[in-house]
This record gives sequence, C-alpha cells and structure tokens, in this order.
Amino acid sequence: MTRLIARASALVAAATLMSSCEVAPPGRGVFLLLDTSGTYSGELGEARTVVNYLLGTLDPGDSFGVARIDGGSFSEKDIILRTTFDERPSVANDQKRAFMQTVAVFADTVQTASHTDITGGVLQAVEWLNEVGPGRKTVLIFSDMEEDLPEGFIRDFPMDFAGVQVIALNVTKLQPDNVDPREYTGRLEDWRDRIEAGGGRWAVINDLERLAVALDL
Amino acid sequence: MPSWLMVWPESPGLSVALLLVVLVLVMYGARAPAHRVIQGIAKAITQSCKLTAGAIGSVQNRLAKRNREVLLSEGLQETERQIEQEFQRISASVERDLSAYPALHRELADQVHRIDEDYRRVTDTPPAPDGWTQTVAAAGALATAGHAETPAAKAVDALRVAIEEAHEDAMEEYRETSRERHKLLARMVPTWRDMASTLTRVEKSVTGIFERSRHLDDLMESYREIASKSDAAERTLTSSSMTQFVTSGFVLVVALLGGFINFQLIALPMSEMVGATSRLGAMQTSDVAALVIILMEITMGLFLMESLRITRLFPVIGRLDRRTRVQMAWATFAILFILASIESSLAYMRDMLAADRAALTQTLAGTVAQRPEFLWIPSVGQMVMGFILPFALTFVAIPLESFIHSARMVGGQVAVGLLRMLAFGVDLFGFLADHAGKGLKNLYDIAIFLPLKVEEVVVSARAREATAVQEVERTPSTA
Repeated sequence: MTRLIARASALVAAATLMSSCEVAPPGRGVFLLLDTSGTYSGELGEARTVVNYLLGTLDPGDSFGVARIDGGSFSEKDIILRTTFDERPSVANDQKRAFMQTVAVFADTVQTASHTDITGGVLQAVEWLNEVGPGRKTVLIFSDMEEDLPEGFIRDFPMDFAGVQVIALNVTKLQPDNVDPREYTGRLEDWRDRIEAGGGRWAVINDLERLAVALDL
Repeated sequence: MPSWLMVWPESPGLSVALLLVVLVLVMYGARAPAHRVIQGIAKAITQSCKLTAGAIGSVQNRLAKRNREVLLSEGLQETERQIEQEFQRISASVERDLSAYPALHRELADQVHRIDEDYRRVTDTPPAPDGWTQTVAAAGALATAGHAETPAAKAVDALRVAIEEAHEDAMEEYRETSRERHKLLARMVPTWRDMASTLTRVEKSVTGIFERSRHLDDLMESYREIASKSDAAERTLTSSSMTQFVTSGFVLVVALLGGFINFQLIALPMSEMVGATSRLGAMQTSDVAALVIILMEITMGLFLMESLRITRLFPVIGRLDRRTRVQMAWATFAILFILASIESSLAYMRDMLAADRAALTQTLAGTVAQRPEFLWIPSVGQMVMGFILPFALTFVAIPLESFIHSARMVGGQVAVGLLRMLAFGVDLFGFLADHAGKGLKNLYDIAIFLPLKVEEVVVSARAREATAVQEVERTPSTA
C-alpha cells in the first residue's frame, strides 16, 4: 500500500512538473519609434546609441522592433526591423549584430519626412506588441512629440494602451517652446492624458542615462 | 460607566460609591463559593499540567530509551562492520603472505642446507705440527755437523729432504684448500643475505598480522562494552555521533558550494541546448536541466560508492553478489565519466558564449572587439573543473552517509531535550497556576477586607461572650 501511494505521488509530481514545463511568453517587448521629421532628424545619432543600448540589454526570447515616424506611420513600410530574439544565446547575439547593422544603414540613409504622425506609429507599435504578447510591453518614442499630420488623417480617437508603458525619449524643445514653455509642458500633458486614458503608463526621459531605471530592465 | 448603572445620574460619585458597597457586599456574600471556584480552576489547571508533564516525560523517556537502543544498535553494527573488515584484511594478509609459507619454509630449509654443506666443506685442515719441523731441523743440523759422508747421515739427510718436500707439498695443499674455503665462504654471503631478506619479509608479515590482531582486540573490547549496554559505551557513541554530525555537516556544506560552482559552470551553456525562454515553474528550464545533471552525477557517485562497498546506504545493492556489484560499479563509473565529459564540453561552451557576449557588447559600445591573449587559460581551467567536479562530488556519498546516520542520533537527542524543556515548562505553568489561585483568593479577600474585618470583630466578640457565659455557668456549679 505504501509503495502504491509512493508511486502514485511520484506520478502526480511528474505530471505536475510536465504540465508546468511550457514555453512561457518572451519576457519583454520593446518597440522604438524614431522621428525622422525635419525638426528632429538631427537627433538620430542619439537614437543609434539607444538602439545599441537596448540590444545589449535585451535577452534571448525578448522582442524588439524599430520603426520610423513620418507622414503616415501606421504602415508596415515604416518598420525598419522587428524581431523576437532566438532562445539560444549565440543565435540571439548574431541577430543583434544584424539588427545593429540594419539600424546603422537606416540612420545613414534616412531622408527627412515632411509630416510627423506619432499616433500612427504608436498604434502600430502597440498592435505588434499585443500580437507578440511579451510579459512587459514598452513603446519608446524618440521624438519632440510635436505631431504634424497630413491633410485628412484622423488620429483623435480613443486608443487602447492596456498593459503598455509609453516612454518619450529625448523630447527636444522647439522654438515656440522657448518663447512659451507652457507649449512644451502642455504638449507632454496632452500625450500623458491620451496614454493614461487608454489604460497605459506614461513617462518622459530626457536624460538617457536614466533609461535603464525607467525601463526597469 | 453605562448610565443604567447610575442610581443617581446627577451625582455619579455617590452612585459609584453605592455600587462599590453593593459589589463588596455581594463579593463578601459569595466569598466561599468564589474561593471554591478559584481553587477549583487552579487545581484543575495544576492537575492537567502535572498529567501533561507526566505524559511528556513518559514520551521523553520512551524516546530516550529508543535513542539509546538505536545508538547502541548502530554502534554494534558499526563495530561488527569494522571487525568484519579487520578479519577480511587479516585473511587477505594471511592469504597473501602466509599462504606461501610452505614454499618459504622450503626455501629457508634449502638455504640452511646449502649453508650447512658449505660450512662442512670449509672445515680447516690443521697444518703439520711443529715437532716435525724441529725433528727435521735437528736432522738437518746433524747431517751437516761433519758426519755427512756416513751412510747414517746421508739417510738422515735424505729423510729430511723427503720430509721437507712432503711438508712443502702439504703446505701447498693447505693453501689450496684455504683458497677453496674462502671461495666457499664468499659464495655463502648472498645466501645469508637471501635468508636475512626472507626472514625480514616473514617478520613484516607477522608484525602486520600482530598489529591487526591488537586492533581487533580493541574492537572486540569495544564490541563487548557496547553489547553490555554500559553507560560509558553510550557516552562514547553519543560523542562520536555529535562529532560525525558536525564534521559531515561541514563537509556537506563545502560539497554544496562545490555543487553551486558546478551549477554556475553549466547553467549558461544549458540555455544553448534547451533554450533560455522556457520555464519550469519559477525556474528556467536550462537551470533545472543543469541541476538535474548535477543531481544525476551525485546519484551516480552514490551508486558507485555503494557498489564499492565504501558506503552502505542501500541494502539492496549490498545484497548483490560481488560480480554484479563490480559490473554495477563499472557501469556507474562509465555514466559518471560521460557526464563529466559532457560537463567539460559545456564549460568550454560557456567560455565561448561569454567571449561572444563580450565581443557583442564591445561592438555595441562602438569599440573594436578584441580577444585577450591568454583567453585559453580560463578556458582550459573551466574544462578541467567541469571534468573534475563530478568526480569530486562522488565523494559526497561518504559524508552524506555519516550525516544521515548521525542526524538520526542528534535529532533524537534534540527531540529528547525539547521534550524535557516542554515538560518542565508545563510543570512550571501548573505550579504558577496553583500559586496564582492562592494569590487570587488573597486578592479577593483584600477587596472585601472591610466586611471581613467586621466579621472578625463580631466573631471575636461573640467568642468572648460565649466564654464569659461559660465561665458564669461554671462558677455556680463549682461554688
């Protein structure tokens, strides 16, 4: 009887172990949006540093995407590269090297955009992150956060940012901001309201040294 | 205070005073039953505590007795095992050294015989006595004295010459035999040396057996003492258990650290094999896989030690016949060797992955990736560690066995100590409850000291009156 109980316990333990042995969703998903508008394209050198930093920080199994912000950003053609790193560290390292090369080529050959559709880019980023389904979803916006939509584009509707952290990086001050700083703070407050209304979390990081803390990577 | 208790709400002081008076009167009226209740509760608690302490003490005694039995039994088994091993060693020694004794004896006899023969052959032949020399000298002097021409002188001289020649021949023969004797004696030297060497070997064997016999005597003495269940034997075994517990515990902690280092060596490369994203509960599957490999190595080490009869944790393995155990030992060693090789290659892969990671970090930082000149040294070190550590972990079986056996004893002793403390605590609680009951009764009486004092005065007055009446009644009768 004792043996029977012991065997049954062993079977139950084995079954529990096997059932819990499943591939968990990748830990983190990061999507970086790069503003290529005329007022901001000069900051792309900094963006490369951010990309390299993220590549060095992300682990195998994490997802990373980079897209440009131009006149109509809710489009696949604006995606520079997006990938989920392989679960083997050596393969993931190779993927990171290739990623770095692609972003470098983009930064060297990018042409400035006439308009800035930040909302479209954010929508696309959130859509991809929800599709991949990582444990933590982060959208990084490398922009001055000044939206300049082409004629006829509609972006003023409620959006769902549930479970997504949106971080605005290196938000530079524009000429009107210098004249009236309330323009700058008002612009950022508008974005905060939109993100938090959609259930997301909002943060602004101008000092890139603090990126690690903000990302909690 | 609730308002309904206030007899005169407009004058609370008066109401409280009235309440106190009523309370004291009620308490005075209920003094006897209240004392009985307090005493009863205190007694019940005291009795319960005594019973509980007694029960705990009984359990403690049973446990202590059981511990003693187990301790002595383990001690007996261990001593039996040592005696058995000692007998096996003596048997092996006798088989190895003294089984060849007949041949050795024959060899010694041959050597003695050869020496004896040689000794007989070197017997010295005495040289010619001095008298003959003097006679020959006298004959020579006589022959040369002037009568040399006489036939007698010639005869004497011829006799002298003949004797001298015979003497010379004899001396020559003597020298020859002396040379032969010296040759024989020289030939005897290696034979003596051989014999001395043979006798030294015999002495060593016999001395070894004597030493083992003395150790065996000590073991038998110890066995007899344990079998007689003496207190001294119990104390010795307890002390030995504690020492073993502490020592083996320390070694196990060291082994645990070794296992942790081993784990660190193979956890990262394991993610290359089973992936870095899958999880098993709260742990990464790669970590679990590395842990499983280490546990398998320890298990194989346990089986290896068990098959070699160094440890005796599994009676089933101990009951196997020698041939099967040897086969099992080889099988476990082979598995251990394979696991060690795998671990060594994983350690190398870890080094490669770390180097790749470092190179990527350098590239991302914008610097040119450089490979250090002596990078092969840590690589080789990690590979050697990866190969050695599984075999080192094999020896965990020895302290583990000691720890398991001694933990049983130490655990028993600790349990007995805890039970003793618990029994004392319960007993102390009962004692305190008894005295608390007495104290409560006194406090109760303090609260109603005024009516009690009145009662005392009244009672004493009545007693005086009764005494006076008795004296008055007694006085006329005596008158």
